[in-house]
Amino acid sequence: MARPVTVDPVTTTRSTSILGTRVSRIEDPRLLTGASVFTADLDDRRLAGTAHAVFVRSPMAHATFTTIDTSAAAASQGVVAVLTASDLDIPPATPQFGAPMVEPYLAEGVVRYVGQAVAVVLADTEAQAVDAAELVAVDYRPLPAVVDVSAALRGGVVLFPDAGTNIASAQETAPDPALFDGCEVVVTQQIVNNRVAPAPMEGRAAAAVWLPRNSEYDGEGVATTTPPDRSENPLGGGGSGPNSAVDDDLRLTLWLPNQGAQTVKKNVVDAFGIDADRVHVITPDVGGAFGAKFGAEPDHIVIAAAARVLGRPVRWSETRSENLTVMPHGRAQYQTVSIGGTRDGRMIAYRLDVTQDAGAYPRLALETPHGTALMAPGVYAFDRCEVSTRCVLTTTTPVGAFRGAGRPEATAALERAVDLFAAEIGMDPAALRRRNLLPRFTSPFTSLTGAVYDSGDYPAALDRVLAAANYLALRAEQASRRRRREDVQLGIGLSTYVEITGSGKENATVQVHSDGSATVFTGVSPHGQGHATAFAMIVADRLGIPVQKIDLVWGDTDLVPRGGGTGGSRSLQLGGAAADGAALAVAELAKKRAGELWEVDPADLVIDTERAGVSVAGIPDRFVTFAELAAEEELSAKHLFAAEGATFPFGAHLAVVEVDIATGKVRLVRLVSIDDAGTVVNPMLAEGQRHGGLAQGVAQALYEEATFDEDGNPLTATFADYGIPTAADLPAFDLLDMETPTPYNVLGAKGIGEAATIGATPAVQNAVIDAVSYLGVRHIDMPLTPQRVWRAIRETD
Amino acid sequence: MIPAPFDYVRAASVAQALDVLHDHGDRARLLAGGQSLLPMMKLRLAAPEMLVDISDLDELRFVRRDGETVAIGGGTRYADLALSDVIRQSVPLIARAARRVGDAQVRYRGTLGGALAHADPAGDLPTAILALDGTIVISGPHGTRTVAAADFFIDYYTTALAADEILTEVRIPVTGAEKCWYDRFSERSAGWPIVAVAVAGTRIALAGMGATPLRAVAAEDVLAAGGDFAGAAELAAEGTAPVSDQRAHADYRRHLARVLTYRALQRAHSR
Ligand SMILES: Cc1cc2nc3c(=O)[nH]c(=O)nc-3n(C[C@H](O)[C@H](O)[C@H](O)COP(=O)(O)OP(=O)(O)OC[C@H]3O[C@@H](n4cnc5c(N)ncnc54)[C@H](O)[C@@H]3O)c2cc1C
Repeated sequence: MARPVTVDPVTTTRSTSILGTRVSRIEDPRLLTGASVFTADLDDRRLAGTAHAVFVRSPMAHATFTTIDTSAAAASQGVVAVLTASDLDIPPATPQFGAPMVEPYLAEGVVRYVGQAVAVVLADTEAQAVDAAELVAVDYRPLPAVVDVSAALRGGVVLFPDAGTNIASAQETAPDPALFDGCEVVVTQQIVNNRVAPAPMEGRAAAAVWLPRNSEYDGEGVATTTPPDRSENPLGGGGSGPNSAVDDDLRLTLWLPNQGAQTVKKNVVDAFGIDADRVHVITPDVGGAFGAKFGAEPDHIVIAAAARVLGRPVRWSETRSENLTVMPHGRAQYQTVSIGGTRDGRMIAYRLDVTQDAGAYPRLALETPHGTALMAPGVYAFDRCEVSTRCVLTTTTPVGAFRGAGRPEATAALERAVDLFAAEIGMDPAALRRRNLLPRFTSPFTSLTGAVYDSGDYPAALDRVLAAANYLALRAEQASRRRRREDVQLGIGLSTYVEITGSGKENATVQVHSDGSATVFTGVSPHGQGHATAFAMIVADRLGIPVQKIDLVWGDTDLVPRGGGTGGSRSLQLGGAAADGAALAVAELAKKRAGELWEVDPADLVIDTERAGVSVAGIPDRFVTFAELAAEEELSAKHLFAAEGATFPFGAHLAVVEVDIATGKVRLVRLVSIDDAGTVVNPMLAEGQRHGGLAQGVAQALYEEATFDEDGNPLTATFADYGIPTAADLPAFDLLDMETPTPYNVLGAKGIGEAATIGATPAVQNAVIDAVSYLGVRHIDMPLTPQRVWRAIRETD
Repeated sequence: MIPAPFDYVRAASVAQALDVLHDHGDRARLLAGGQSLLPMMKLRLAAPEMLVDISDLDELRFVRRDGETVAIGGGTRYADLALSDVIRQSVPLIARAARRVGDAQVRYRGTLGGALAHADPAGDLPTAILALDGTIVISGPHGTRTVAAADFFIDYYTTALAADEILTEVRIPVTGAEKCWYDRFSERSAGWPIVAVAVAGTRIALAGMGATPLRAVAAEDVLAAGGDFAGAAELAAEGTAPVSDQRAHADYRRHLARVLTYRALQRAHSR
């Protein structure tokens, strides 16, 4: 169906393609029947006799301390050890992301956010560890908290006095005094892109054990022999307490939910300063990540270090409150936008200034503003664009990547600016967008910030969304409600966006087995999206092996040593393209083998996808299955796919909201979206990504914000206080299909994981402001809670 | 999310539960639906040493109509209240309030007795019972006593119940569907109300406007003096003491109380 026209290097007898069809998710039976195994569920023999870890976390946002009294905790029932920073026996932590401020694994004399780990309690049971953790006493001497980025920029309180500043990184551009030359109108607005918690269903967790290299049950996905119980631990630990003499021959096996085991492994190898072959990372099922499970965090390193010090397996899984206060938050940008143009609606220049709240330590938040800067001018034909960004530390939860990581912030700023400009010149926001969108392009377009957009048709996306929503009728309905001064007013919000995904390399290996099944090894790392189904479809399409007989293997660094993981919507376009390449290589190999078998030139052979094998062209009886070939000799091939460039998914969203003018309460009535991510391999999977993305995008606009009081205490540490929406708060989404293939991979696929999140947030925000704009409201920051909307209305009185 | 260690007994009868409470004093707590107590224990905001589980006691789980009164057992669940024909015909306000509590899981576990004993000032059922002028029946070591709803709620999470007492029953005068309405305001469908209002005839009760559910006395007075709904609603927040917290500032709560009261009065009296 939706397969792009490409030169197919293998001659096949394939008549119809499975690609573009709604194959049901092959991973679901396991997930839905509870057969999945998350890290906390692991029942692995290597973890026999495990100790359970519970972290002692700072109740203060900013404080120094000199002593941690662990004696009462250590004497508590079942406690094996209580470790503080100096007990970890690993090299000191090193700078990350080029910032001079170093985050220790456990706090060393100073804490910089509520939730920072100061010690870890290890006990025979988790309950014992929780009880003992309450007994650890730390002599905190409070320092002033800095919660607000402008206070942090002023530098009255500096988190790292040695650094002399709270600015962890910056990309400043000297303001061009001529930027707005020729503009009749310039609109400026400060915008808060609210801090949110990723809040995946499964929090962070880990299980770690160090075993002698080449011991029988190391290095295997499944244990084959019964390991000794704790009393005859191969390390001779026997529960006799911390084991300071570290054996160089031990190899770490670390299980944790993550988005890329190979990245985790690198982090661990770097932290311990050991050879790469001494670390084995395994990824159990992962209950969502949204960008927040990339790499190993300090807590994971501590668990691995504790297992080595103790000479005993250690496992840990965090509570929901830990998750909401310690897992890196997302967004948290403070933006100033200025947009200039002519009174008749030509947008000429755009300035974006971003202060990124990075939280207490340098994490991925130091990278996200780069994405914001790159995508700043978005889908519009500005003449000039100027961006400055800086990342500043505050005594709050560190900020990392969250679904879109930098690009949603760019779109939110720009789409708000466009609506502000439309309001200022009195032009319809759809008409203003239509006038300024870049025209359709089929060969790469270089943006003002140097991004090379691969393919796009922004006007078509906008037009189709406007038509599907019946935009003019909505405006008429809005006018009539305004005329009749109804209690509940209508708002219509638009966003047109482009974002960046993919780029780089990914590998895959396809191996066919003698029973006719196949295994695909991939360097990407699914955690809910449905990769097993999509990748099986891609391989099935090439080889004719049924989808049900194709397994996907990922996230085990012994089985897949290299890989970039799943994030930035890269999996299908890179990992899927690699799987396609590996399947083609298997087909070539099979033809070569069959050619040798029959003494026929491989050029005269064809792949028969009806029967999953090779035959001589024109002589269907001369046939051998892949399975038969695999029985003779291993039939397996690896492919490394390197993309020519990044891909740029785009789309248009239209939100319709009702606002109760008396209370400020918003009801999202409709959300119509186009999210064009190129050619779609499985519409059901793509829609799943869009539904979830829309929900999270709406959530940022209307409901979610991670907040702190002025002393830096988190105010949203439980789901009673952190408001995630449920299905009952969301309408049925109107998804329109549009597929503009990318030229950069054979599938024609761009990334769909984040697109809908990026488009939805500003559409909804614009809709709410549109609903109350007739009262004189210009802007309201997110989340658009009833109280905020009510206050904005009242302030115009 | 592991509570501090505790002992546990599953009570076979109200009488036995009273004995255990008596023996353990304020170190013991009753466990009903657990929808307030267990989250507090898991966060270690509560650490009772003994839990007396009354959630299985059929003698506490009933809905009966006795003439012009409806009697509801303290162990009756929200879902029972929402679905009971007797409630829906005799005091539909209760069913309406019960349907709005939390989410389905909460409604299938949480009990009327637990909600009243827990006495969250934003609780749905406490507010409904206050507007309906319910009577609370309490069993203790010295027998049974009754307390009017108006006297039952004392302060934040504090009621007329003593540590060794059990709320066994709530009695409510039959209202029928006339002149009653319940509405609540929350940001999301599954959240606690910021403010809620229950109207039963000329009685108006508010949630989220102070340390306990409160009667909107000034507004009721306007109605009693023959004033209109707008005039009454204007005074709905009079005499209340709402807090400012991360969810809502006091001025917004007062505003909501006025808007919700006006709308609820209109709905109640237009039926
Ligand atoms: C996710 C969630 C959402 C919620 N949303 C709402 C909401 O929107 N609106 C709302 O009103 N409530 C809400 N609640 C709270 C819910 O109403 C609780 O069920 C209720 O407050 C307590 O009832 P319970 O039976 O679960 O009591 P428990 O939690 O078992 O007990 C609560 C307290 O009451 C005491 N107690 C219980 N029964 C008796 C009795 N018969 N006699 C004397 N003392 C007793 C216990 O000892 C304890 O101190 C929510 C709860 C959750 C978990």
